[in-house]
Amino acid sequence: MSNQSHLNEIAIQKEDFSLAEEVFLLEKDNVTDGAVVTFTGRVRNNNNGNSVTTLTLEHYPGMTEKSLAKIIIQAKERWNIGRVKVIHRIGELSIGDQIVFVGVTSKHRQDAFAANEFIMDYLKVKAPFWKKEKINGAGKTSENWLAAKNSDTNKAELWS
Amino acid sequence: MIKIVFFAALREQLNCAELSLAADDAKTVNDIKQLLSDKNEQWQQTFSNTSLLSAVNHDMVDGSHLVKSGDEVAFFPPVTGG
Repeated sequence: MSNQSHLNEIAIQKEDFSLAEEVFLLEKDNVTDGAVVTFTGRVRNNNNGNSVTTLTLEHYPGMTEKSLAKIIIQAKERWNIGRVKVIHRIGELSIGDQIVFVGVTSKHRQDAFAANEFIMDYLKVKAPFWKKEKINGAGKTSENWLAAKNSDTNKAELWS
Repeated sequence: MIKIVFFAALREQLNCAELSLAADDAKTVNDIKQLLSDKNEQWQQTFSNTSLLSAVNHDMVDGSHLVKSGDEVAFFPPVTGG
């Protein structure tokens, strides 16, 4: 794996992304892969019963890219997959905004399905991103850093 | 010198994003944690949180990891991306 190809596979950005454009790039001149599996994560309007107004994503520049590259390498070692793209947005996001994209291609669907889920599960517990939510509750606005969930840790451990 | 960086809730609790330590003062990540805890009660309380994660030069490590001059050491809460 050259660094150059990882640069093409990983994007950390403030800007939104286009699902159609990403699928186009995964498929462009790709005549060997019959399966394209994509996942998009979005900002929900509620969390633990509180009404969420905005979500702010912080990351650790440099380490984020390195950890995502490692996750992609692991996925390629485990499954027979073709192209991979991971996009994660940072900064302030609103309800319904896209946060994260994972796209994987493979000859047959099983590899792309599994690798996509693996990449998301590992991203959740290994990539240095942190979410802070602004919530409205009982007429008051407050800001909270989200707590990591045991369910995410347990889900990721299923792959080991 | 060793560069130390803090993120997210930890950065806010400490009101500090980054600082430097003399490399002679610490051999391991745990030594750095101890030095930072010794600063004052606020830092001691913050670093008593056992769920804090650490990284050296952008790789996740545990407390026994050795550090040297020029390293970038990071402390942060469990991650919540995706």
